[in-house]
Amino acid sequence: MATAVLALQGAFVEHKRKLDQLGEPWFEIREKGDLDRDFDRLVLPGGESTTQGRLLRQEGLLEPLRQRIAAGLPVLATCAGLILLAARIQDQVEDGVARTEVRPERHLGTLDVTVVRNAYGRQLGSFRTQAELRGVGQVGMTFIRAPYISEVGPRARTLATVEGRVVAVRQGVQLALSFHPELEDDLRIHQLFCRL
Amino acid sequence: MGSKDQTPGPERARLNRELAQMLKGGVIMDVTTPEQARIAEDAGAVAVMALERIPADIRAAGGVSRMSDPAMIEGIQKAVSIPVMAKCRIGHIAEARILQAIDIDYIDESEVLSPADDVYHIDKTKFAVPFVCGARNLGEALRRIAEGASMIRTKGEPGTGDVVQAVHHMRQMQTEIGRLVALRTDQLFEAAKHLEVPYDLVLYVHQNGKLPVVNFAAGGVATPADAALMMGLGAEGVFVGSGIFKSGDPAKRAAAIVGATTNWQDPERLAYLSRDLGEAMVGINKDEIQILMAERGQ
Repeated sequence: MATAVLALQGAFVEHKRKLDQLGEPWFEIREKGDLDRDFDRLVLPGGESTTQGRLLRQEGLLEPLRQRIAAGLPVLATCAGLILLAARIQDQVEDGVARTEVRPERHLGTLDVTVVRNAYGRQLGSFRTQAELRGVGQVGMTFIRAPYISEVGPRARTLATVEGRVVAVRQGVQLALSFHPELEDDLRIHQLFCRL
Repeated sequence: MGSKDQTPGPERARLNRELAQMLKGGVIMDVTTPEQARIAEDAGAVAVMALERIPADIRAAGGVSRMSDPAMIEGIQKAVSIPVMAKCRIGHIAEARILQAIDIDYIDESEVLSPADDVYHIDKTKFAVPFVCGARNLGEALRRIAEGASMIRTKGEPGTGDVVQAVHHMRQMQTEIGRLVALRTDQLFEAAKHLEVPYDLVLYVHQNGKLPVVNFAAGGVATPADAALMMGLGAEGVFVGSGIFKSGDPAKRAAAIVGATTNWQDPERLAYLSRDLGEAMVGINKDEIQILMAERGQ
């Protein structure tokens, strides 16, 4: 069986390289026909969530993928991928946080969390740090115009926090991160994903 | 927020190259108003370039073309959640500082505007904010990277709707990259001398077969097929300047170019996306124009 990598836009090549290093077979999903191939896990890469969301709908991928994830398909979602998975989305505006947007028809919405988009501000707010990821240990974390999780619902549990903000969660076999393990010289998070 | 370390240096440079990685496979669109920015975002743009006049109009107006009014740029920053880029003139350190001060996501040190310095580009290593620069060949690309650019795009010939120059520049770069890969390592010193670029960048290209930063296509892309062509030639994404908002149905054309940039390998999808887009921008070819913007800043 193989890992499907959503390749609509963003840093999907970096995830493919990690899977190669682990000897895990993968293929890309760019359009509906790609879903006919057999896969038993899914990577949602970083990029722009509005772009990826639009292409998911335009290419007719949104509903089939949502059903597969809801039925228990293991998922690794990073940054934009976390936004696509989240059931509730908020936008960061100049003074504080804007109202919560619940539009399940626009996103996958299978993860019981609220995310704040662009939570650390624009590119000058991007940063890199080290923190503990539960079940893995200390890992390098790169945040690029990143979201954080402002509320973890009862079905999800927190795996990591940075400066008091939740940046990684797990719900069943859905693993979702604000940061980019595909940019680190470290395979542990992809290893964890491949064992889900 | 905003409390993070924002000093220029290797850590910042890495974060800035990584933002460009997140833009890969995407389309960056020129917009002149908040309303256009929203249309671009809804159509699936990964970022917008905020400017007062698109290249086709800069060409038509003539005269000196400068950085846009910060108030105009801020209006666009408020309108969308995707990254907002803006252009400064080549070598105009003060314009770049102003753009950094308004928290821009990316600065394009651009030949589309009138150059402010006819010798020097900005020392971009002195800035925390990332820069994208245009290049016609590998030498130009690596010189800009040495100066601190964290993303490269082809120059093409902006505002023409004619893709030939973007194709020429992308092919030129890919050919020169292939040549470096094929050299023996003891020939790289001589190659660095010929290209007029630092040796370590030549070594990187030799070992990796690509630029050390993300490389987009720009200048003259007007149709979904143009975007697919550039992706096929090795572009990692595309800039569309005048091509969208100088066309008959900008929202539809923008979404079609986004789709074509993702599924550039699939002719049936491209045929579907190219249908009924209305009138494309009226092109002019480079032999009919007075100013060759691509000649600016080498």
